[in-house]
This record gives sequence, structure tokens and C-alpha cells, in this order.
Amino acid sequence: MQSFAYAAPATLAEAMDILASHRRRKLRTQILAGGTDMLVQMRTVDKAPRTIVDIKHLKETNRLAVAAKETYVGSAIPGVTLAANAKLAERHPGLVEAIDLIGSAQIQGRATLGGNLCNASPAGDTIPAIIANRGVCVIASARGSRELAAEKFVVGVGKNALKPGEILLGLKFPRPAKGTADAYLRFIPRTEMDIAVVGAGVSVTLDKTGKCTAARVAIGAVAPTALLVPEAAKALIGSALEPEVLAAAGAAASRASKPITDKRGTADFRRRIVAVLVRRAASIAAQRARGN
Amino acid sequence: MAKVHVTTTVNGQPVEYLCAPEQSLLDVLRETLKLTGTKEGCATGDCGACSVTVDGTLVCACLVLGVEANGRSIGTIEGVADGENLHPIQQKFLEHAALQCGICTPGLIVATKSLLESNPSPSEEEIRYYLAGNLCRCTGYDKIVRAVQDAAATMRGEAA
Ligand SMILES: Cc1cc2nc3c(=O)[nH]c(=O)nc-3n(C[C@H](O)[C@H](O)[C@H](O)COP(=O)(O)OP(=O)(O)OC[C@H]3O[C@@H](n4cnc5c(N)ncnc54)[C@H](O)[C@@H]3O)c2cc1C
Ligand code: FES
Ligand code: FES
Repeated sequence: MQSFAYAAPATLAEAMDILASHRRRKLRTQILAGGTDMLVQMRTVDKAPRTIVDIKHLKETNRLAVAAKETYVGSAIPGVTLAANAKLAERHPGLVEAIDLIGSAQIQGRATLGGNLCNASPAGDTIPAIIANRGVCVIASARGSRELAAEKFVVGVGKNALKPGEILLGLKFPRPAKGTADAYLRFIPRTEMDIAVVGAGVSVTLDKTGKCTAARVAIGAVAPTALLVPEAAKALIGSALEPEVLAAAGAAASRASKPITDKRGTADFRRRIVAVLVRRAASIAAQRARGN
Repeated sequence: MAKVHVTTTVNGQPVEYLCAPEQSLLDVLRETLKLTGTKEGCATGDCGACSVTVDGTLVCACLVLGVEANGRSIGTIEGVADGENLHPIQQKFLEHAALQCGICTPGLIVATKSLLESNPSPSEEEIRYYLAGNLCRCTGYDKIVRAVQDAAATMRGEAA
């Protein structure tokens, strides 16, 4: 019988070795970032012993760079550090808004962007914002590394595309083109400390005349995984984002959604609200883009 | 089950302990180190009764593993007062009667200290948002907010 163990590798090579040797011996491992999902699950629905592999001591997972070509956010960096980074907030305001919405000050002290994505909750707040920002997952695997577009990373409720033995090292975001900005909105019945009933992340690029030349629309909590909605983006591109255009993008998002009814809201309610949030998030993103 | 040897600092004092890999820092503080000021309300990150700092960052001790404290510096409610002298935040919680049963109080004081260290003059809204992760089932929060405002004023050197 396996018992609980803890490893805090200091290098990526050591981390990969620990994962590989456990696999060979058919022993379970689980990666620990901030633990705000994992430790709750370990106390409630999934109590089985495993080797906990803490990835917070790796160089690759602690790197934060808002650089000329791209932004890189290591998978071990807690929300409190990301929210305090003025350059990150200036470049990806909606992404930082989404991070900032996670839990309380205490949760922010631990919760990571990578953990929110890997946990693959349909309601994970940062996932639509990551997708709207054209996020790319940087993954360490046994044979080196691979990259995967964020919209392909979550494959089902609580399921991600990582193969056994792989680690998400961080997320890359291309530097937004001139005239680009994003926004993230969620609907919750309270003002704090709740799970999204609907979420919407939108990024738009405007040219000098105010015409929309590129857009990304992603929605959360209205399907088993967050969805990229190209039809909604198509409605925005080529327009000056007039009210009826924003409404059309919202309607497209509503059509693409596949919501369920649960204690937080009915499917019909979610279909209506997702249209409203997409419209509003697009409008906020556009306002910000005009200032860029 | 192999226990892990941990070397850490708690309220400025070097501390060593053995703990199980899956044990929470909250359990270690309360059961092993007998620092029972930090409370358990939920053990799922929702109530904030277990608030402590790790290297100065406010966290829920129930969502940190005891082994993760290795090489870090932990701050608990026991480290807030200066010997017999209460910290201004503690004094103001008493003066404003910002507690009834007291279960939430250590967590609220640790969280308030963390807030005022980064933001010495928070607005009422900022106070309420920052403390949203600290649940209190007794006071209705109003007296807590007044106590925090008063403590902030005292700490800024303004006479009440
Ligand atoms: C009180 C409370 C409130 C919350 N509020 C919100 C909220 O408002 N919105 C929201 O979206 N979420 C919320 N959450 C959920 C949680 O805080 C977030 O999902 C958080 O971002 C998870 O990050 P973490 O670093 O703590 O992940 P962990 O718990 O460390 O990991 C989560 C999962 O991902 C895996 N994993 C983590 N990192 C990696 C990696 N680098 N490579 C491979 N696998 C990895 C882990 O093995 C685990 O299965 C809340 C949680 C609590 C307890
Ligand atoms: S006991 Fe840790 S948050 Fe409730
Ligand atoms: S005083 Fe009883 S919970 Fe706050």
C-alpha cells in the first residue's frame, strides 16, 4: 500500500525524475501548486495516499516576465504577486481582474493561474480570460517540452490535456497588438467569495479609426469547459462595435453555450446572462483599447 | 508512515518538528506546537479562522501543508502582542466589542494586521473586501469594521 509522501524538487530535472520513477513503480503522484483546490479535495472527495510533488521551488514555475514579445507567467506564482504587478495589469487588465476574483485575500496568497487552469473547473474564473488573451500552455514532458493553446488544454470537467508525468510550467501570452485590450466579467449572486454562474472574457483590437480588426471571445460556466466562440468574434470584427454589434456577439455566445441547470442558476438564465456579459465585457475591452 | 523533519521559524523563533506529509500547517500549529490561538472553522479555506502569514503573505493554515513551512517564516496570532502589551488592533477589537464568541477573532486580527501593513488607510469598502475571507457568525461585522478603522488611525499616529 502506498502511503503519503512529499517532495519539493529544487530543479525541473529532479521533478521529472520523481514523476517518472513513481510511474515506473505504479505509484500515484500529484502536483501541488497553491493547494487551494487540491488540499480541499484531499480532505473531502479524494483521500487516497499519493506522493505530493511541490513545484513551487522550480526556476521555471516562478518566472514572471512582461517582455517585449510576450508575457510569461510561471505556474507557481500566487495571485497576490500577479495582482501587484503593474505591468501585467496594464498589458492584460482582464486577466488580472479574473485572477483577482479568485477567493479571498488568504486564497490569493496561494492560488495560482496554472492551478486554476489545471483544476479544469467549468467555472474557473481565469480560464476564459486566459483564452481571450491567446494563452499558450508551456508543458514539461518526459521528452522535453511541448506547447498547447489554452483553449485545447481543458478537455472535460476536472480533466486537462496533461499526460501522466507532465508538468505545466507556465503560460505564455503574445504581447497584445497595438490598440488591443481585454476584460473579464462574471456573474455571482454575492459581491465576493462565490463561484461564477457565468463568466466572459473578451479581447478586442481596434485600428486608428476605431474599427475592430481582431477579437477573441471566451465564455465560462456555461458548458463542461470554457469555450472559445469564434462566431462571437466574427460578429465584432470589421465593425465599429456599435451597440447592435455587441448585442449580436452576445447572441452568438448564447447560441454557442451549452449550460446546465443547477443550484446556482437555470440553463435558460445562463443563456441570457452570457449574452449580457459578453456584450458588457466587449464594451469595457473596447473602451480600454481606445485608450491604448 | 514516514514523518518529515521540518525546520522553520514561528513568530521569529526557530522551531523544528516532525509531521506527516499530508498534515496541514493548522494541525501542526495546534496539535504539535500547541499554538491553539489559530482556530479551525471549516478546514476548506472558506472561513479564515486559521489565518496566518507565511513569509509575510496572508494564507489559510488549513490549506498549507506542515511540510511546506520548511525554511519559511510563519506568523500566528501568538506573535501579534508584544509580551503583555496588546497590539493596537487587539486593543481596538476589545474597546469596540468587536467579538462575541471569539472563534473568528484571531484570524481577523492576523488578517487586519496584514491589511494595515500594506494599506495603512483603507476605506471601509477596502476593509470589507479584504476581510471577506474571514467569516464571523456573531457580530454582524459592523463593530469589526469600526475597530479596524480605529486601529488604523492609532497606528497612523492619529489620536482617536
Ligand atoms: C475559499 C475558496 C474560494 C475560491 N474561489 C474561487 C473563485 O472565485 N474562482 C475560481 O475560479 N476558483 C476559486 N477557488 C478555487 C481555487 O482557489 C482556484 O482554482 C486556484 O486558482 C487553484 O490554484 P492552486 O495553485 O491553489 O491549485 P492547486 O490546488 O495546487 O492545484 C489544482 C489542481 O491542478 C493541478 N496542478 C496545479 N498546478 C499544476 C501544474 N503546474 N502542472 C500540473 N498540474 C497542476 C493539481 O495537481 C490539482 O489537481 C476557490 C477556492 C477556495 C478554497
Ligand atoms: S479553517 Fe481554514 S479557512 Fe476555515
Ligand atoms: S465572534 Fe463569534 S464568529 Fe465572530
